[in-house]
Amino acid sequence: MNDFLGIDWFFLATSLAKTLGIIFLVVLPMVSYTVYAERRISALIQDRLGPNRTGIPFTNIHMEGLGQPIADAVKFLLKEDLTPAHVNTFYFWLAPCLAMAPSLLTLSVIPFGSWLFGVPMVIANVNIGILFVFAIASLSVYGIVLAGWSSNSKYSFLGGVRSTSQMISYELSLGLSVIPLFLLLGKLNLVDIVDYQARNGWLLLPLWGEGLTLRRWLLLIPLLISFVVFTISIFAETNRLPFDLPEAETELVAGYHTEYSSMKFALFFLGEYAAMITGSSLIVTLFLGGWHLPIPWWSSGAGFHFALVDGAAPGIPGILGGLFNIATFFGKVAVLLAFFIWVRWTLPRFRYDQLMRLGWIFFFEIALVNIFLTAGILFYLP
Amino acid sequence: MAYTVPRPKLTFREKLYLPAVAAGLAITIKHLKNMLLGRTKVVMQYPEEKWDSHMPPHYRGAPTLVRDDDRERCVACQLCEFICPPRAIKITPGEIPSASKSEKVEKFPLEFDIDMIRCIYCGLCEEVCPEQAIFLRKDYAITGLSRAEMVHNKKKLYELGGTMHGLVNKWNEKK
Amino acid sequence: MSAPQMLNVQINGEWKQFPKGTRVIEACAQAGSYIPRYCYHPKLTSPGNCRMCLIEMGMPKMGPDRKPELGPDGRPVINWIPRPQISCAQDVAEGMGIRTDSPMAQECRRGVMEFLLINHPLDCPICDQAGECKLQEFSVEYGNGGSRFLEHKVKKPKKVAVGPRVTLDAERCVLCSRCIRFMKEVPQDDVLGFVDRGSYSTIAAHPNRQLDSNYSLNTVDICPVGALTSTDFRFKMRVWFLKETKSFCTSCATGCNTVIGSRQEVVYRQTPRENNEVNSVWMCDYGRLNFHYLHSERRLSRPAVKGEAAAWPAAIAKAAAELRSVPANEVAIIASGSMTNEELWLTKKLASVLNITLHDIVPHIEKGDDLLLSADRNPNTAGAKLLGVSSSKLAEIAQGVESGRIRVLLVLGEDAAGISLAKLKSLVTVGLLPSAATEKASVFLPSAGFAEKRGSMINVKGRLQRLNQAIQPPGEARDDWEILRDLIQAVSGANGVYAIEEVFRQMAEATPALAGLSLSKIGDLGVQLKLE
Ligand code: SF4
Ligand code: SF4
Ligand code: SF4
Ligand code: SF4
Ligand code: FES
Repeated sequence: MNDFLGIDWFFLATSLAKTLGIIFLVVLPMVSYTVYAERRISALIQDRLGPNRTGIPFTNIHMEGLGQPIADAVKFLLKEDLTPAHVNTFYFWLAPCLAMAPSLLTLSVIPFGSWLFGVPMVIANVNIGILFVFAIASLSVYGIVLAGWSSNSKYSFLGGVRSTSQMISYELSLGLSVIPLFLLLGKLNLVDIVDYQARNGWLLLPLWGEGLTLRRWLLLIPLLISFVVFTISIFAETNRLPFDLPEAETELVAGYHTEYSSMKFALFFLGEYAAMITGSSLIVTLFLGGWHLPIPWWSSGAGFHFALVDGAAPGIPGILGGLFNIATFFGKVAVLLAFFIWVRWTLPRFRYDQLMRLGWIFFFEIALVNIFLTAGILFYLP
Repeated sequence: MAYTVPRPKLTFREKLYLPAVAAGLAITIKHLKNMLLGRTKVVMQYPEEKWDSHMPPHYRGAPTLVRDDDRERCVACQLCEFICPPRAIKITPGEIPSASKSEKVEKFPLEFDIDMIRCIYCGLCEEVCPEQAIFLRKDYAITGLSRAEMVHNKKKLYELGGTMHGLVNKWNEKK
Repeated sequence: MSAPQMLNVQINGEWKQFPKGTRVIEACAQAGSYIPRYCYHPKLTSPGNCRMCLIEMGMPKMGPDRKPELGPDGRPVINWIPRPQISCAQDVAEGMGIRTDSPMAQECRRGVMEFLLINHPLDCPICDQAGECKLQEFSVEYGNGGSRFLEHKVKKPKKVAVGPRVTLDAERCVLCSRCIRFMKEVPQDDVLGFVDRGSYSTIAAHPNRQLDSNYSLNTVDICPVGALTSTDFRFKMRVWFLKETKSFCTSCATGCNTVIGSRQEVVYRQTPRENNEVNSVWMCDYGRLNFHYLHSERRLSRPAVKGEAAAWPAAIAKAAAELRSVPANEVAIIASGSMTNEELWLTKKLASVLNITLHDIVPHIEKGDDLLLSADRNPNTAGAKLLGVSSSKLAEIAQGVESGRIRVLLVLGEDAAGISLAKLKSLVTVGLLPSAATEKASVFLPSAGFAEKRGSMINVKGRLQRLNQAIQPPGEARDDWEILRDLIQAVSGANGVYAIEEVFRQMAEATPALAGLSLSKIGDLGVQLKLE
């Protein structure tokens, strides 16, 4: 039955379910509520309250403004969709789609849970996971460049140009910074990476399994460097402050999306936040143990140890475990998103030359040296 | 003349930048914490809470026209129209008919419009008025459903402004 | 004429030279020390009664040999007169010394200002003169901040209609007598005078007389304060809002130079502008007030075909078709002497393109006077003659139209001139206001009034003067020259004329009398042409 017409229908159905589930049940709501969180947190940081009124329409129930993202979405959909007369219409329409799509595509190879109902909680378990991520992520620059160019406005154009050079520069350190990881693991598959961390300690928290060896503790130094460089590069890749030069309001009005309105603008907006979610997911997957959460446990047999919550276990515990793992993953992502927001409302923007200097002179070199450092450690402690 | 701003010499620690980042993060999180714990005094929740009772007498709300007991104070000198930075005021002057009680004043505004979409509540009109005829009162929630509705005409301006006594003696008989 | 004798005068310590016969007040102004004045007016006699122009003056000290004593700098030593002198009634003299800012002169001015203001009402907010009032200006510059006057002010008549066009507020009068002297010396109608004495002295018209001369509004211009105001302009607009456009009056062939005061596309007043070749500094009331028709409610501002509103291109096309619908000898053009040279030139061009030989302007002869107002009420009769549009064929045209021999008539800016239009096949009219001609018109094209367009005209003395645009034509009305240009284009194809400068250039090339001129070369004061 599962093999009718040579197609694995079960695989197809579950994949489809996972894709739709992830996009519509998780990512889009998460994007909306990240925006909401951003507004609330920024308000709190600045001693304000932020949107705290929009609740259930026509009632006095405010729900602390939780209805705001929905209202925003409705507003974006209903607003007049304006295409200025002086733009290149085809690319002008294409750009917002290109801005949104790569972030969503990237999510397909990230394991957001262990197993549920015997299905692996990753949409596409591909061998070259991380390469796929980089390949797709670099596409997102097209959305911005096209938006900047086709808008036929100087602000947009400057934003587009800035964005291109920024992304190209930081992709370099992004790529180089994760090489130590793969020197250690010898694999590119993201599912395997998370499995390894679940069994042998997170790369940044080597507290169990193989993680207790001297080698892993020595490797913690280069991995920490990797983590810092990678995280900062993700900030730059997602155009978040302090690297938001492509849309620097004070200089460029709104950068590459100056000429956009309504839903097309919303797509850029969603794209930016989706990229944040993707970036956070990557950091979680690579360095912070993915869906895994160590539970300190004591049993008479094994003494003190960390229990592994496994979604692959049969029956109800398996289902609960699977759900728990998914929750863990998105919980970690949420914490990182909060960190993103926190940083944004703390740091001022870089000057453009500082940004380039940082990318090419510091992070690029650090990542390069870091690779040799890892290789050295691995050579002497195989 | 070009002036070169001296750049401060940074120590190694400062050049690292990260300590400063950490310090910044600490500051912002402190504010967040204080907000969450309710230690920070926050702004007023506007439509429910209002500031009206605390408004100082010199509060600059919507500009209005005031009348004296028996006459309009404004003599349509158009100084307010002249001074108004966003050109919100439009006056059509007219002559007071000889039969009127305030005939001595000779001139009055036939029409007096203030476009409240333009008005920036600067108070210059009140300051410049030689007849103390225009006052910024305490109305601040000026809303309307159309542009036309946002233009306060003479009737509306007198409605908001009301009556004032004294201050200008010039038009009394002896002077 | 030999050069006038130059006299050495010391003004505020500096020696300067002035031609003999220069008034001291003028010499000081030329030397850069403007002396405040109320009664002095350069075009009138100087009674010296306001005392605002007081200065300190001295004459050379004479030695026993009746020669001036010379100081160490080789200049005469000046014997300063210990009392202040008025500067408006004296001519400069050799070796004279003048101090305009000495403590005595300053003290005098402050004193005169205080006296002038003791009975002055605080009328500025309602006074039409405010903003161009000499009392305000000098009070700011030379007066005291406050008043020491505790008694009641003297009450005088206010809001008096001294004439049909002039309103008097006697309280504001500073008794400078400019208005009296003007009426006596210029229109020579001695109707104003002072009555009563001292503080009660008041300006008034002669009993049983009114200030009703056709030049009465000039008193409003020269009145330094708001005592005499124009009834027409009264309470219409504050002067500081008015945009001033230099132009000239188009109500008669004299073409008095004017300043048009307008705000937000409304003309509020016309005032005369000094041009000693044309109008000195005066103009007549008739011309001054003859602008209200621009804002008349009857003003037509939409093109119409057979009485129905039409779009411009359709109306132009229809008009062109009408003009060509019959042989050229059955078409006539009645142009107007109030059209600019550019418009007349294009009219002539239209006529030659269509081979029309019957064209003339309508003369408007009324009673003139020997001051400014000319009997010829067409401002540009000379231009029409120069450009060959007037041809004394009006009678022939009238006869042709009435007999039905002329079947198509183009009327530009004129009424039907008393001609019965019943037998016409079609009538094309260009104009501003409804008239017998516009009512019958097959095609009506709305055009611009004198303040709404640019162009040039030639006055009765052959002076080429320039109109400047003060306001936009109302509604869809268009500049006359553009209408004519479009008509020519519609009958003969594009001609690439897009600016009025271009029209003037073509006209100047083809007309010897205008050779070498351009609109900008005419300047604000006009150019005298040599017409035969
Ligand atoms: S308050 Fe200021 S802006 Fe408003 S009407 Fe008065 S002068 Fe104009
Ligand atoms: S300044 Fe005063 S008196 Fe003058 S027009 Fe305005 S409100 Fe009227
Ligand atoms: S005459 Fe001059 S000073 Fe007197 S009320 Fe008029 S503007 Fe004011
Ligand atoms: S009415 Fe005017 S011009 Fe005449 S005397 Fe008085 S101030 Fe002078
Ligand atoms: S100007 Fe000289 S006395 Fe009046």
